Amino acid sequence: MFSHEKIETNVILMSVLTLLTVSIGGLVEIVPLYTIESTIERVKGMRPYTPLELMGRNIYIREGCYLCHSQMVRPFRDEVERYGHYSLAAESMYDHPFQWGSKRTGPDLARVGGKYSHEWHAAHMTDPRSVVPESIMPAYPFLREHALDADDIAEHLKTNKAIGVPYSDDMISNAADDIVNQADPENGDPDALQERYPKAAIGDFDGDPARVTELDALIAYLQVLGTLVEFGELTAEDLRQ
Amino acid sequence: MSEAVATQPYNEEVVRQFTIATVFWGVIGFLVGVVIALQLAFPVLNLGLEWTTFGRLRPVHTSAVIFAFGGNALFATSLYVVQRTCRATLWGGPATASFLFWGYQAFIVLAASGYVLGVTQSKEYAEPEWYVDLWLTIVWVVYLFVFVGTIMRRKEPHIYVANWFYLAYIITIAMLHLVNNMALPVSFFGTKSYILWSGVQDALTQWWYGHNAVGFFLTAGFLGMMYYFVPKQAERPVYSYRLSIVHFWSLIFLYIWAGPHHLHYTALPDWAQTLGMTFSVMLWMPSWGGMINGIMTLSGAWDKLRTDPILRMLVASIAFYGMSTFEGPMMSIKPVNALSHYTDWTIGHVHSGALGWVAFISFGAVYYLVPKLWKRERLYSIRMVSYHFWISTIGIVLYITAMWVGGITQGLMWRAYDELGFLQYSFAETVEAMHPYYVIRALGGVLFLLGSFVMVYNLIRTARGDLRDEAPYVSPTAAQAAPAE
Repeated sequence: MFSHEKIETNVILMSVLTLLTVSIGGLVEIVPLYTIESTIERVKGMRPYTPLELMGRNIYIREGCYLCHSQMVRPFRDEVERYGHYSLAAESMYDHPFQWGSKRTGPDLARVGGKYSHEWHAAHMTDPRSVVPESIMPAYPFLREHALDADDIAEHLKTNKAIGVPYSDDMISNAADDIVNQADPENGDPDALQERYPKAAIGDFDGDPARVTELDALIAYLQVLGTLVEFGELTAEDLRQ
Repeated sequence: MSEAVATQPYNEEVVRQFTIATVFWGVIGFLVGVVIALQLAFPVLNLGLEWTTFGRLRPVHTSAVIFAFGGNALFATSLYVVQRTCRATLWGGPATASFLFWGYQAFIVLAASGYVLGVTQSKEYAEPEWYVDLWLTIVWVVYLFVFVGTIMRRKEPHIYVANWFYLAYIITIAMLHLVNNMALPVSFFGTKSYILWSGVQDALTQWWYGHNAVGFFLTAGFLGMMYYFVPKQAERPVYSYRLSIVHFWSLIFLYIWAGPHHLHYTALPDWAQTLGMTFSVMLWMPSWGGMINGIMTLSGAWDKLRTDPILRMLVASIAFYGMSTFEGPMMSIKPVNALSHYTDWTIGHVHSGALGWVAFISFGAVYYLVPKLWKRERLYSIRMVSYHFWISTIGIVLYITAMWVGGITQGLMWRAYDELGFLQYSFAETVEAMHPYYVIRALGGVLFLLGSFVMVYNLIRTARGDLRDEAPYVSPTAAQAAPAE
């Protein structure tokens, strides 16, 4: 007859058994996500973020945007009609960390890229209720006042590369230039950027050509969301997990 | 739970410190909660400053209530309970205990100041950046050593059940914290890091962590509290020893699987979603087993609910626990989740657990502890415990009903179609519809905060040694039995 007495009179045994008991669930659920190849769909078009998009993404994280905006369209009729094609695992494969979110106080942003003009975004960030009267989003007027601090941009790319994001040496050595190439096309080489990062939105995002601001970076990030995968070419088989 | 005098005196200084910190951070956490609730109702309160937006203050609120209020309550009670039930003083001596206290407060201040300045890794309930995570790891390992070391010095042959739960919470939080926060800093002189995991794997790692922060920090740890303070306050033994064993092992085994229910209908593969849902539904059983074990401990002492508001608070917390742990498995069922996910219903669910269960059982434990720790005959006022109970309970009811109605409204509006087959509402219209619910929710939060002010006043007067001149609670049966004058 089993007696619990052995366990409850030996703290080391109890600790070891506890650790074993709480390890099983995580191992069974998480490890296969790395070993089953179909977990991430085989789709074309995904690429690492441009340096400016990556900086914009870091601002998105810094401001806690994920607390009110999801980036995960579920496969329901209303969501697909409201936001676009349901989200794929492949679309966040270079996201360290993921930004799927858990709450929609505001709308989903997984496919917001290209839906609004740069001018709309700039106005919306500075004073959300000027363009959406019902909005309860905080105003972010300071973003256009802060110059983008990207002195260590190459280090950010290298760090991402070290954890698996396929940044090439070419991308890393041109990281600082690519910020100008994207946000200030008059003084940069936007074609070189487009070659390294297809589909990158290019332009003076915040309406202030004099300098690259945090608002430039954030809008560049928003404008790429959900635009990379070519859905027209996909078959149901490609999307099977 | 015999409490014969130990050879060395118990370390009560560190328990007093953690108790003060519990109350202090509780009030801060509730206050920031009220502020951000009002921001959602009246966005002008974001003030247009970078340090005061909802996005930066929300992690301050969640970390303040979970890790600062809840964490300090867990430290205070676990270090008190482990000494009493083992009849041993803390392993490591007063200096190690003091390090635990100040080390943990430093973690809280480092984390919160980071959020306000925009330093966050954006993983919910694991927002602190790498340097804060490393610091917490050191503090936590010391905590584990102190706790296990104290148990090893015990003079009781058996380890009391409350300590099983505290031990599981300490061990599991260590595991979750280490795996979920694996990150590579951009520079050792900067705050920014990138998490090792990405996309779908990161999502499940995060919610494996996030759900078990609920399961082990906010549940197992507080069940440890339940297994000590409810029997103590009711002066009855735990209802069932056998149920305690089944409760413990089944709870810790099943909880860890439930994370994927945060990712229903996402890009997480279906097999993982279904597995998560199945285990979430199964989790209902050990949760209610624990609730039954807690509530039935009052067998033979039910009359005390009339005369002991502290016990009433403890029992109400277990009732809220039962309600939340029924609601949780229900919301984890995929078709229900299709409606509830992304809405304020989830926020309501969390708060029935956080305010009703976690906060109420902590208040009950603090009301029990303060007269003992400050060597007072009793609390300054027993009646004020009752005022606190009712003000806060009304606050909770307003909060969760507003979020139920608001959340379900929101979910239904998102999926509503008109007769021509078009989406009936723009997203902005659904935001507008939430306004009255956000106002009611904020009002509920204000009441909960006011209740905590009553507690603070009561505790300060207790610590000073004052006794309020008030009519004592008399059992109606006792009153009837007394001869008529």
